[in-house]
Amino acid sequence: MMRRIGIGAVCAIAIAAVSAAQTPARFGIGRPATPEEIAARDIDIGPDGAGLPPGRGTAADGAPIYAARCAGCHGKTGKEGPNDVLVGRLPGDEFTFARDPKAPKTIGSYWPYATTVFDYIRRAMPPDKPGSLKDEEVYNLTAYLLALNDLIPADAVIDAASLPKVKMPAHDRFKPDTRTERPGRPGRPGGPGRSRGPGR
Amino acid sequence: MKVSRRDLLAGAAGVVALGATTATQPPEAPADPTKVRGRPSRALGQRAPSEKPQRQPRGATSSGTPHQDLCGTITPSDLHFERHHGGVPDIDPKSYSLLIHGMVERPMMFTLADLKRFPAVSRVHFLECSGNFGGRGAATDLTPQQIAGLTSTSEWTGVPLATLFREVGVRPQATWFLAEGGDAAVLTRSIPVAKALDDALIAYGQNGEAIRPEQGYPARLFLPGWEGNSNVKWLRRIELSDRPFMTREETSKYTEPMADGSARMFSFLMDARSLITYPAYPVTLTRGWIEINGIAWTGSGRIARVDVSTDGGATWTAAKLQEPVLPKAHTRFRHLWNWSGGDAVIMSRASDETGYAQPTREALIKSRGVSSVGYHINPITGWRVRPDGTVVYHAEPWS
Repeated sequence: MMRRIGIGAVCAIAIAAVSAAQTPARFGIGRPATPEEIAARDIDIGPDGAGLPPGRGTAADGAPIYAARCAGCHGKTGKEGPNDVLVGRLPGDEFTFARDPKAPKTIGSYWPYATTVFDYIRRAMPPDKPGSLKDEEVYNLTAYLLALNDLIPADAVIDAASLPKVKMPAHDRFKPDTRTERPGRPGRPGGPGRSRGPGR
Repeated sequence: MKVSRRDLLAGAAGVVALGATTATQPPEAPADPTKVRGRPSRALGQRAPSEKPQRQPRGATSSGTPHQDLCGTITPSDLHFERHHGGVPDIDPKSYSLLIHGMVERPMMFTLADLKRFPAVSRVHFLECSGNFGGRGAATDLTPQQIAGLTSTSEWTGVPLATLFREVGVRPQATWFLAEGGDAAVLTRSIPVAKALDDALIAYGQNGEAIRPEQGYPARLFLPGWEGNSNVKWLRRIELSDRPFMTREETSKYTEPMADGSARMFSFLMDARSLITYPAYPVTLTRGWIEINGIAWTGSGRIARVDVSTDGGATWTAAKLQEPVLPKAHTRFRHLWNWSGGDAVIMSRASDETGYAQPTREALIKSRGVSSVGYHINPITGWRVRPDGTVVYHAEPWS
């Protein structure tokens, strides 16, 4: 009997050793990324301005770039479309989007972070030549759009220091999703409780 | 028998028309296939000539799955819905690489071959665009494809993201990661690290073969149960951080204005929903036994039950769920109905294992506001069966 138990224990140890060998902490697959490779792809701008490149821009210098590269899709003053309306504020900066289907979600009325304007223009605009704008052009366009939305003075300079400080009217409107929160759920103490039936 | 000039002309026109179409039409099936030797083997299979399911493009940036033409739960890969923001890119799998950097011990590059060397998993999951609701207007000539074509189910194969995160050594303070696509939109979304450690995949397989270009070839992020946009396709980069990045797709887009004057962001979870796919527009019914069936799905685990009503929501009966009921996957439901020929509205209501029940249109409007109709719209949806057997979408005003 003792002998049989002993064999069982040995088997258990052997199985444990094999399992451990099958799931190593690291597989050693892939290779280190070089700083140059990271820099070539690392184009995102954080809400705190992290990643903003050197350079500066003004609305005056952005206006001709906008007319040449953007107005065809977004309209002469950013309000006409046919693609996304970029310019305009709601009266009193109210946030009426849930009840007013005509309220346009512009940079001035809906975007919570000014840094997103730079990030998005640089990575994806214009659609006919995406990613073709130089950093200085993106700064100028960003300044122009912020000025058109009355978010900065017409003569303001936009750069890595000033852009993250631009106050966006919609900033405090955005709230994280709470649909699945409930008291006692790990990592979400004291949530408001999960909605079990009605729309959420 | 007298043959008029008119008949002759009509006959000739018919022959000409037939001649013009035979070039593009498959050969006609013989009257008795047992008396004609069939065609030889071939390298690539094709659908039967009379089966012509099609995705339905909405503009240049999306196309929906024809649910009315499908059965079961798996969506054929060439009918999986598509949605993209900069077109479908052509990516050379030999030069593809995925960079993982930021708050990690070892920033690393992985080729497609590298990704395939890691231990893999295969899982059946739905994927749904959060803008998947096409039934707001007064139109009643809408198919299931037009109402909810932007959801599909595939078997996805790939490497768990948790495995790659161990490989690069994600630092403890990293709570979010940025996922970035290699398409012309260079689309970016911020995702909680907790999802990576739960069930996220870097997927390169779809229904047993390489992912289709429209679904992110050669590799994509796959987040089971979470809104389509966050499942970044053509994935080229992951950056670990201690905060979200506030990209355009998670601020200006893919957020929901709420009735209380706020906007909901990072609303990843796709809530439970169902849709009857038969009978539905544009079929015409004949009286008698009908198996009502459709699909139900939820981002919160498994579908627990689907109730069907054939009297406009007055009474409900539990439908049969086709086994196996898989978590975060389309589930087929079936309900027998003996239609006697009267006017009827049929509808379905899904509930998931967390107790969440698919809401009514009214409940959604109450919580979300009448004009918050772009994303995460999952109301109970019905079809109207008219006495003549025609079936149309049961349109209700969104107000």
